[in-house]
Amino acid sequence: MTETTTNGVNGKGLALIPKAEGRQTLKDFKSDQEVRWCPGCGDYAILAAVQSFLPELGLKRENIVFVSGIGCSSRFPYYLNTYGFHSIHGRAPAIATGLAASRPDLSVWVITGDGDALSIGGNHLIHALRRNVNLNILLFNNRIYGLTKGQYSPTSEVGKITKSTPMGSLDRPFNPISLALGAEAGFVARTLDSDRKHLQAVLREATEHRGTSLVEIYQNCNIFNDGAFEALKDPEVRDSITLRMEHGKPIASATKAVVRSDDGLEVVDRAGVDESRILVHDAHRQDPSLAFALSRLDEPAFEHVPIGIFRSVDRPSYDQLMNEQVELAVSQRGRGDLGDLLLGGDTWRIN
Amino acid sequence: MTKQVQQLDRVIIRFAGDSGDGMQLTGDRFTAETAEFGNDLSTLPNFPAEIRAPAGTLPGVSSFQLHFADHDILTPGDAPNVLVAMNPAALKANLADLPRGADIIVNTDEFTTRNLAKVGYTGNPLADESLSEWRVHPVPLTSLTVKALEDFDISKKDAERAKNMFALGLLSWLYHRPTEATIRFLEAKFAKKPDIAKANVAAFNAGWNFGETTESFSVSYEIKPAKLPAGVYRNISGNQALAYGLIAASVQSKLPLFLGSYPITPASDILHELSKHKRFGVRTFQAEDEIAGVGAALGAAFGGALGVTTTSGPGIILKGETVGLAVATELPLLVIDVQRAGPSTGMPTKTEQTDLLMAMFGRNGESPVPIVAPATPSDCFAAAIEAARIALKYRTPVMLLSDGYLANGSEPWKVPAIEDLPDISVAFATEPNGDDGSYQPFKRDPETLARPWAVPGTAGLEHRIGGIEKADGSGNISYDPGNHDLMVRLRQAKIDGIDVPDLTVDDPDGDARVLVIGWGSTYGPIAAALRRIRKAGGKVAQAHLRHLNPFPKNIGEVLRAYDKVLLPEINLGQLAMLLRARFLIDIISYNRVRGLPFKAEELAGVIQDVIDSD
Ligand code: SF4
Repeated sequence: MTETTTNGVNGKGLALIPKAEGRQTLKDFKSDQEVRWCPGCGDYAILAAVQSFLPELGLKRENIVFVSGIGCSSRFPYYLNTYGFHSIHGRAPAIATGLAASRPDLSVWVITGDGDALSIGGNHLIHALRRNVNLNILLFNNRIYGLTKGQYSPTSEVGKITKSTPMGSLDRPFNPISLALGAEAGFVARTLDSDRKHLQAVLREATEHRGTSLVEIYQNCNIFNDGAFEALKDPEVRDSITLRMEHGKPIASATKAVVRSDDGLEVVDRAGVDESRILVHDAHRQDPSLAFALSRLDEPAFEHVPIGIFRSVDRPSYDQLMNEQVELAVSQRGRGDLGDLLLGGDTWRIN
Repeated sequence: MTKQVQQLDRVIIRFAGDSGDGMQLTGDRFTAETAEFGNDLSTLPNFPAEIRAPAGTLPGVSSFQLHFADHDILTPGDAPNVLVAMNPAALKANLADLPRGADIIVNTDEFTTRNLAKVGYTGNPLADESLSEWRVHPVPLTSLTVKALEDFDISKKDAERAKNMFALGLLSWLYHRPTEATIRFLEAKFAKKPDIAKANVAAFNAGWNFGETTESFSVSYEIKPAKLPAGVYRNISGNQALAYGLIAASVQSKLPLFLGSYPITPASDILHELSKHKRFGVRTFQAEDEIAGVGAALGAAFGGALGVTTTSGPGIILKGETVGLAVATELPLLVIDVQRAGPSTGMPTKTEQTDLLMAMFGRNGESPVPIVAPATPSDCFAAAIEAARIALKYRTPVMLLSDGYLANGSEPWKVPAIEDLPDISVAFATEPNGDDGSYQPFKRDPETLARPWAVPGTAGLEHRIGGIEKADGSGNISYDPGNHDLMVRLRQAKIDGIDVPDLTVDDPDGDARVLVIGWGSTYGPIAAALRRIRKAGGKVAQAHLRHLNPFPKNIGEVLRAYDKVLLPEINLGQLAMLLRARFLIDIISYNRVRGLPFKAEELAGVIQDVIDSD
């Protein structure tokens, strides 16, 4: 059932997955289930973007699996006509790890949210990232608990007034990008639910990357945290606060630019800076510290938000290494024989 | 000097020393020699959870008990005939278990004022009358070893370390054990340090020669090989047998084995063993925690692997939610619980049968899970295959309840012929099964009630499963009250309908009025106790449960056929509670929860009391 390879990694994310014969369309990936998110939820836009992106990959539909945890976003697999596993709260990366490690011929996706991935499932997320199993993790970050009706989440801003924090939340939020980089992730990106073109461009790179790709998607929950990312969508300000990162290009918005400062990076007025001083994005840098510095630029408020791929580096994927060990063991000593195994060690015969 | 040779039918030896003295290794080697010689045997390692408790203290004592005989035996023995005590702590910790007249071989070099004080001896027990009940053989093991290794180019510390091999050599002489395999073993073990290898071999030989020449031992003993059924034998521990059983289940099901596990005492050796066998296509995944271990195993099962997770009680609790997910999604999954003393951390290296009710009920909702329990260390092999058979055939998580006693204990195992192993292969779904040409993931096999297993990569059968209640047949999300009630009953009926062999009863004359029933690792002690009773003319029947959920179909009938039913358990009556509830039979419980297996003599007394009472 499984094939294995010793090929390279980056740009080979799909190399082991069988290709579809005919052309696919969006319809091929829609399931017959009625979609049940709140009207206006950002999840709709992400679903539509993913459904219209998948045909582009040209993979056999039956070799694609969506695994999710618990939360609004985790209903996602039901709406795609691929294999799907809606699991339990926080555990999707663990379940997907077992699936991907034993089946390198599958394109395995994890759909998770900020509560699912960063609170109850935080441990599984960081370990999946350091291991680099071949997974595409889409982290829908709406900075709130939706399914349990509006408690603050591990990405909510300090002082958030919610049902469970009437006087304001006290704990400092995670920055998912910083966390992922700290967890040795090889591919880390951020995109936005409403920007289909950007979202799909990021997915394209994420799927090409063999190993764990973490894509944080800012997702609007219009019921419990409406407008959390409004600044990035508002035509008045978005072009000035969105710092688009593209490999090999200067990192800047219409009005701002990222430059090196004495102790790291800083954002300056674009007009007042020489273009040659603007930091040119290198997503493939092995050292993650610059990517980490980029992830800190928008702390704490949404004044200038880097969007795009923070980091994309080459590293063997866990599933590939695991299968290589199996292959090596077989090539060194031959395929295991049960009879020999049971009779191994000291035996004696009684007549 | 010619020495007398005395014939014995069985001997129980306990090697005891400090954790750093290599007692487990010494015991293992003596066991291997004994197995090779052809005696039947049973072992009981007993060690502290601490890797190196402070040297010379009571908590630091590690021991290894071996019972061997010229006939088939069932337990590691109640009380040792011979204690090898490497230091005062080992003597003090084990003395209470020694019957009057037993031999004590004691390392006198360690009986210094300081070491004696460490364990609370005010005087030297070797110098006063306190050991007069026993036959004490004082041997300066350490200094004899150091002296024997004078000419070797090794440190004094390394020379002293070899004292366990000196002791092994002495005991090997005393009981006429074959020595070649131990020498080969030492050469292989220290292949990278040839000086150490030679020194250990020399210490071993010196111990043997010391026995031959010293006057402290005037008699040596012969225990003839046991007459066991013909076949090829090897010695095997429970954890090793379990690992081999899992590999066999993978071969016999033609499914790749995927183990997701997190290290925990006393289950880790299964992970260690399986990780050595990658050439069987075995993938072992050391997860970040217990939850990820079972999660990964379930994910692999979704992909068509034989998914297994191994742990002990504290891990089962953490895995509970995922096992529930496996119940809901009806995927095959093996959950191995090597039980240990609880609650909480409890006593990690000590044995117990206290997880039965957790295995049975420890999940939210109506969440039935089949339970299988091995009876002896080598039986872990067959139990693993049986658990896999049920999981695959019925698409369900299965709990296998081993325990610390089975896991670390060992016994000779008649190696089964491969052609005698059951074929447990199952077919994946390959075609749509709905009337309308759709794939219905919850359309069941009418006979087994198992749902079809369609693995990713199968065209046309794309489907979604999950923990939310599903509609019968289509598998779509359903909150319909009637559907939920139906699904709850279907899941229960599927488990209740598992084909479990009938319970057999051992009642030689067929006229016993008392039945002793047990489950899991109490098999050996119960059977040994019954032998004593029967030898003395008592009548008693024995039945032992391999399947705890569902129970064998005839169990009610068996229980009702006796005037009295006695159930010894190493818990406070967990199986008794289930049997009482299910069959309304007034089970007589016998419970001890000391972290140790029952003793045959103890059980024989209990059984006799039940027989005698009216
Ligand atoms: S609660 Fe929020 S996140 Fe959930 S479906 Fe509704 S809008 Fe979307």
